[in-house]
Amino acid sequence: MALNTQPNLFEPGKRYFRAFSPGDDFYEALIETHRDLSDEQSEMVNARLILLLANHIGDIAVLREAMSIARAGVVAKD
Amino acid sequence: MLSTYQYPKFEYVRPPEIAEGRDGHYPVVIVGAGPVGLCTAIDLARQGRQVLLLDNDDTVSIGSRGVCYAKRTLEVLDRLGCGEEMVQKGVSWNVGRTFFREDEVFNFNLCPEPDHHRPGMINLQQYYLEDYLVQRARKLPNLEMRFRNNVIAVTPGEKQASLRVETPDGAYTLTTDWLVVADGARSPIRTMLGLDIEGKVFMDRFLIADVVMKADFPTERWFWFDPPFHPNQSVLLHRQADNVFRIDFQLGWQADPEQEKKPENVIPRIQAMIGDDREFELEWVSVYTFQCRRMNRFNHGRVLFVGDSAHQVSPFGARGANSGIQDADNLVWKLALVMDGKAPATLLDTYGDERGFAADENIMNSTRSTDFITPKSRTSRTFRNAVLGLAEHHPFARALVNSGRLSVPSFLVDSRLNTADDAVFAGNMVPGAPMDDAPIESVGGEPWLLQVLGDRFQLLHYVADAADLDAASVAALQSLAEGPIPVEPIVVAARGRAPAGLRTLIDAKGRIRERYDLQPGTTYLARPDQHVAARWRALDPARVRAAVARATCNA
Repeated sequence: MALNTQPNLFEPGKRYFRAFSPGDDFYEALIETHRDLSDEQSEMVNARLILLLANHIGDIAVLREAMSIARAGVVAKD
Repeated sequence: MLSTYQYPKFEYVRPPEIAEGRDGHYPVVIVGAGPVGLCTAIDLARQGRQVLLLDNDDTVSIGSRGVCYAKRTLEVLDRLGCGEEMVQKGVSWNVGRTFFREDEVFNFNLCPEPDHHRPGMINLQQYYLEDYLVQRARKLPNLEMRFRNNVIAVTPGEKQASLRVETPDGAYTLTTDWLVVADGARSPIRTMLGLDIEGKVFMDRFLIADVVMKADFPTERWFWFDPPFHPNQSVLLHRQADNVFRIDFQLGWQADPEQEKKPENVIPRIQAMIGDDREFELEWVSVYTFQCRRMNRFNHGRVLFVGDSAHQVSPFGARGANSGIQDADNLVWKLALVMDGKAPATLLDTYGDERGFAADENIMNSTRSTDFITPKSRTSRTFRNAVLGLAEHHPFARALVNSGRLSVPSFLVDSRLNTADDAVFAGNMVPGAPMDDAPIESVGGEPWLLQVLGDRFQLLHYVADAADLDAASVAALQSLAEGPIPVEPIVVAARGRAPAGLRTLIDAKGRIRERYDLQPGTTYLARPDQHVAARWRALDPARVRAAVARATCNA
């Protein structure tokens, strides 16, 4: 399975009338997760979040692809 | 500063109450001749009510405030009989572009579906909107507008409200059965009545500059995150009528509004943005902050709050005037039924419920946009920039870019006025949905479905060939036009003309069938504000009558 980079967010049982709603629901929850945290605490939350999600995804080929895209965007040339 | 617009001065006329030394009484008084008060007044007056509209000023909105009027607002204005001049004068647009630093990362089309009458948005200075609404209002003999009539006291009662009104000739007293308060975000009447409005202030400042230029920017909404000409902040560019461009610079909380407003500080910002060699002149400059808040309740007995007096949002998404005009759209048919004694006053509670739901949705969406545009922490900014960085190449990230979720109507799915489906339907036209437009052909000549809908309950009954409609169905449809709350029957068909003079709409391009998931026999009950009240797979007049009763709190 390849990494899915198409919009893919949804909440089971919830009906959406606007395409932007599921992404905005997620993004709000993500930022809310960091509310009132120090920068150090936020870094730790992010690391834990990545580890949890990586395990959930499971497929290491998919994770390698995601890690590669994530890194490529912030490093000029590897 | 240059002015492309000549402000009208509306004449003050000595009120008859002062001239004759008596108190006045009106069935409905509306306070505030902004977009929302005017729409409310026009809608009530078109439906035959005697309306008095009071305003403390004698001209339209000074400076360009509201700019974007959404498709749904234009559909309401069409129903009020003044949509076309707005669209003609305004700048229609559907495309928005988003830039991050130097690159375009994303663009969107507000109206990707063909075959709708109105565009996703028009941009039009608020003074034009108000000017055209006043012109429309003047054509209604039972709508009286009084300028420089300032309400200085309100005494609410069980059966009516009493007002004290100050004019250049002194003060007078009015009583009214219904008082509609459209006196804006600072709402003096809300304050007089000691009613609370709750929410939060955002710690940021924005500079608005309306600039006249002959620039070759296309008619699109351009939004920059962290552009080279205004680092670490956002900038929005919008084209309005008369070659006036709205530029909105995020300044940050520390900015000094008085300094920032000075032309010698504004002009270099604009030059940095558009390049030194293009000519422009300032028409309007202001610095604003904003808050998101709403009243807990919009209706208080005989006093009804609409628009900014009831709820305010951040400007991202153009959800202020647009939602206020939808308040009027929602309120007026309900108030008219209650005034006629055809519905109990509890119907007005559903105005508060439905528009309160919409206000919550507007506040949620505009708050989310604000949090994306102006991140409140380092981590929030990092996520924002990560989304923008991924957006150019990865579609999922484009969906997360939030430079303002532009005003769209709410789906009132939880409204107690809805009758629940008892069959399966595809698509979005659920009970509570704002009805989709579609092209039609009709004897009346209207080319669009929404031009036929509104102002009364209507029943859309679909058959393939209208001429084949059987006698029982004809009789059933005709029977609905009787009764205290009549329902206008309309036959929608792929072809043919319905018998017995029943109004027939031909679904010229098949879009109604597609958008409403029509099959032969499918029947929709439309509310007077062009929302779905109920739908069935077969016509049953008893069920239609029950649904009308439910939609009017008569069940």
